[in-house]
Amino acid sequence: MAEYKRPTTKAEFDKNFKQKKPLMNDTEAYYEASRCLFCYDAPCVQACPTHIDIPLFIKQIHTDNVTGASKTIFDSNWLGNACGVVCPTGVLCEGACVYNHQDVPPIQIGRLQNYATNKTIDANKTLFKVGASNGKKIAVIGAGPAGLACACEARTLGYEVDLFEAKDKPSGLTVHGIAPYKITNEEVLKEVEYLQNQLGFNIKYNTAIDSKDELTMLETNYDAIFIGVGLGATRHLGLEGEDKKGVVGAVEFIEELRMKHHNTKVPAKVVVIGGGNTAMDAASEAARMGARKTVLAYRNSKENMGAYGFEYDLAISAGVDSLFNVTPIGIVGNGHVEGVKFAKTELVEGKLQTNMNNTFIVRCDMVIKATGQAKQGHLYDLIDDLDIDKKTRIKINSEFQTSNAKYFAGGDAVNGGAEVVNAAYDGKMAAQGIHNWLNK
Amino acid sequence: MVDLSINFAGIKAPNPFWLASAPPTNSGYQIMKAFEAGWGGAVWKTLGVPVVNVSSRYGSVNYRNTRMMGFNNIELITDRPLADNLREIEEVKKYFPDHAVIASLMVESRAEWEQIIKDVENAGADGIELNFGCPHGMCERGMGSAVGQEPEVLKTIVGWVKEAAKIPVITKLSPNISHITDPGLAAVQGGTDSISLINTIKSIVGIDLDSYAPYPIVDGKGTNGGYCGPAVKPIAMHMLKDLAQHPEIGKVPLSGIGGIETWRDVVEFILLGATSVQVCTAVMHYGFGIVREMEAGLRQFMEDKGYNTIYDFAGKALPNVTEWKHLNLKHKVVAEINADKCIGCDLCYIACDDGAHQAIALSDDPVNRIPSIIEENCVGCNLCSLVCPVEDCITMVKKDDGTQHITWNERTLNDDIPVTFDDDRAGGKGHFVPKPTDALKNER
Ligand SMILES: Cc1cc2nc3c(=O)[nH]c(=O)nc-3n(C[C@H](O)[C@H](O)[C@H](O)COP(=O)(O)OP(=O)(O)OC[C@H]3O[C@@H](n4cnc5c(N)ncnc54)[C@H](O)[C@@H]3O)c2cc1C
Ligand SMILES: Cc1cc2nc3c(=O)[nH]c(=O)nc-3n(C[C@H](O)[C@H](O)[C@H](O)COP(=O)(O)O)c2cc1C
Ligand code: SF4
Ligand code: SF4
Ligand code: SF4
Repeated sequence: MAEYKRPTTKAEFDKNFKQKKPLMNDTEAYYEASRCLFCYDAPCVQACPTHIDIPLFIKQIHTDNVTGASKTIFDSNWLGNACGVVCPTGVLCEGACVYNHQDVPPIQIGRLQNYATNKTIDANKTLFKVGASNGKKIAVIGAGPAGLACACEARTLGYEVDLFEAKDKPSGLTVHGIAPYKITNEEVLKEVEYLQNQLGFNIKYNTAIDSKDELTMLETNYDAIFIGVGLGATRHLGLEGEDKKGVVGAVEFIEELRMKHHNTKVPAKVVVIGGGNTAMDAASEAARMGARKTVLAYRNSKENMGAYGFEYDLAISAGVDSLFNVTPIGIVGNGHVEGVKFAKTELVEGKLQTNMNNTFIVRCDMVIKATGQAKQGHLYDLIDDLDIDKKTRIKINSEFQTSNAKYFAGGDAVNGGAEVVNAAYDGKMAAQGIHNWLNK
Repeated sequence: MVDLSINFAGIKAPNPFWLASAPPTNSGYQIMKAFEAGWGGAVWKTLGVPVVNVSSRYGSVNYRNTRMMGFNNIELITDRPLADNLREIEEVKKYFPDHAVIASLMVESRAEWEQIIKDVENAGADGIELNFGCPHGMCERGMGSAVGQEPEVLKTIVGWVKEAAKIPVITKLSPNISHITDPGLAAVQGGTDSISLINTIKSIVGIDLDSYAPYPIVDGKGTNGGYCGPAVKPIAMHMLKDLAQHPEIGKVPLSGIGGIETWRDVVEFILLGATSVQVCTAVMHYGFGIVREMEAGLRQFMEDKGYNTIYDFAGKALPNVTEWKHLNLKHKVVAEINADKCIGCDLCYIACDDGAHQAIALSDDPVNRIPSIIEENCVGCNLCSLVCPVEDCITMVKKDDGTQHITWNERTLNDDIPVTFDDDRAGGKGHFVPKPTDALKNER
């Protein structure tokens, strides 16, 4: 079990948050590329949500056509560089690699991908041209992965694109939410800058679109609008004492960590509530920030956790303890949190039931709620005729068009929370959907 | 703007990537699939006299984790009826009028040649390739490499064909010969419009250690096969260069064949004078899709170098492939180890100590095993840099200042041929060679 010293400098922070998928060197890339079998109709390609032609780009790396490899990658996925390191490759491309059937480690597709795109970005090689201007304009709400992918694709099709972003940085949760041991802020931002230099889309920062007037302005000035606003803040649990100091949402905690690094305050004892990937990340991160004790508490059993097994293992290896079949029933403390009161849960006739006769308190100085993000319903309510489903996800057709023909949507706002790669795919396809619609 | 289209001796194609006459071009189905995938031309599997094939036809040499590094076959020419092939040629041309469809032919008598040429011309073939290369089976019947090895016979047949044919003629040469320029010149003198090479090389790829028969084994026996695939590329490139540099043969367009798999191979063949390339084994291994990597790579190369067509750089390496006697004897390189990259495998040490010039010393430090170059002893042979498993760890660094230049040819002309062993870089003068007994670990 790893014990992390509290980081006090950027260097110590970087050490505790060492990259899980470090950049490959030339030798490693050469040998790894030479292992690829170049399968026909390769299962890895089928497993990639953006269908990157993986054997092709691996062969291009092997024949020293790294620029060509990057072109192959970006052709399918505008955030190919970030995806190489942030994608859960074990359940996507690498999980599908045929080597798994021979008990041979699969090809490290993600790292090879990142190797190629990194070289191309660092050399600032121009791969794409802006399409001949067609005089039409697209507004994109939210400069996260979905919005950026939509912008890039739309630029190659000849549209003017303005992105409206609430925050002061591009790329959404890739820079604000993903665990720092997966990707650094610099790496995220350099990819966006590289794309922006080539494709010239405009991003208006600190410009949240959250009023009817602003929406009307977009509707009048643009031919189509793409909604890529992702999800919102951590959902309120409605627990007694939830407003005490030291009770924070996971997304907010992680965002602070991504922005302030070692200057983020993490006390000695931390309880993380939840059983999804965000809970695993938050627990890992608290432990890496030097919390002496980090406890993951999940209301169901280990088998029923939503998180990937490897994310749980990563948290455990960082020194996190876990409690299963417990549900929080209140936060105790005097102004500041001092502990969480839990009740045991059990399965009764297939249904999870809380046993209020079996309760206990776990002492802590901080509670991180990783129990899901709220949807951006307040914004959707302002858009005329916008259909949303029961879970407040925007409904779209196969062209990524919403029930209000002028609006298209993709990413977390549509799928309810998936991966960067899904958002990148959606954004690209939505731009094509807009193009098809405007050229009908 | 990069334009990959070619005009090869009058045969036009959207790009220089052609399929060689072989199993991938056995049928209209395969060729249409290939054209859809991006190939610019195809040489139809050789048409000719009726044949029968054996079952168990291919063998291969696997090198470490690389399968089919070398490949051999004992297959004959097409075993599908001529009428079927002709009908399919016509159909392919209907769907792909701008792609090159070339009929490979192999028959015996003059009358047979004249008839089959008429047949493929009527079917709409864009050109003819004469198969004088098949080194198994067909040669036992006096065709294929049996012709390719007899320049006079080859010249006569090319003459017959040229008299009969209205479409361009490519003569495909066999590498199973001492001087490729002999059949090359015969083909040109016979009037061929162009030459392609190489066909396969006579080979035995392995012997089964239980049945004592060579692969591929046909009921306990085997025969020599035709060798191809990545292993034959160096031989093919050398023969291509010999033809391209020849004052007469070099005037006809050359189609390069042998071990081509990636864009790099393609560029290398073009740099040695080929203006179309043909591929067989790599397609048999991976399918037609490999052309995408070739095309993307070739385009990238041409964009990076500022070339518009392949003719802008075709043959560009030829002036630099010269005879040994024209190499600068004053050029000096010495190996240099990048200590930051070295992983201490000491392969360079043992390669140099046992296999070269005793110019690498082991480290005294058992933990840090980084060896060092003994500069006085290094002759600049490259061996260590070739065995080193780390990319760019051993580099060969130029040590001469570039001001001096003398070749063996110039020394001969200056009457300066050495009468003693006076080379600074050889054992005995500047270069230290250990005593033979230094090799002994035990008293003897
Ligand atoms: C903790 C955590 C860890 C994750 N880890 C991974 C991982 O390892 N790998 C992975 O692939 N995925 C991971 N994900 C998921 C991934 O980050 C998301 O799926 C992806 O970022 C979704 O992209 P998006 O563009 O749909 O939304 P977002 O990334 O959320 O971007 C939306 C953007 O819109 C802006 N915005 C919102 N509302 C407005 C408005 N009204 N006006 C203007 N702008 C607005 C936001 O500021 C933001 O920049 C993680 C998510 C979380 C929460
Ligand atoms: C199975 C097999 C069958 C072949 N048949 C023919 C043939 O019918 N006619 C011909 O001219 N060459 C034939 N060849 C030779 C190829 O066209 C080509 O010249 C050779 O394989 C070298 O190219 P490669 O290294 O790309 O395979 C054959 C090769 C193979 C492997
Ligand atoms: S499945 Fe694995 S071996 Fe096959 S092409 Fe994909 S990465 Fe290569
Ligand atoms: S490759 Fe096809 S024809 Fe050849 S042995 Fe296998 S199945 Fe039979
Ligand atoms: S071969 Fe390369 S890596 Fe190995 S010891 Fe020599 S220099 Fe080092």
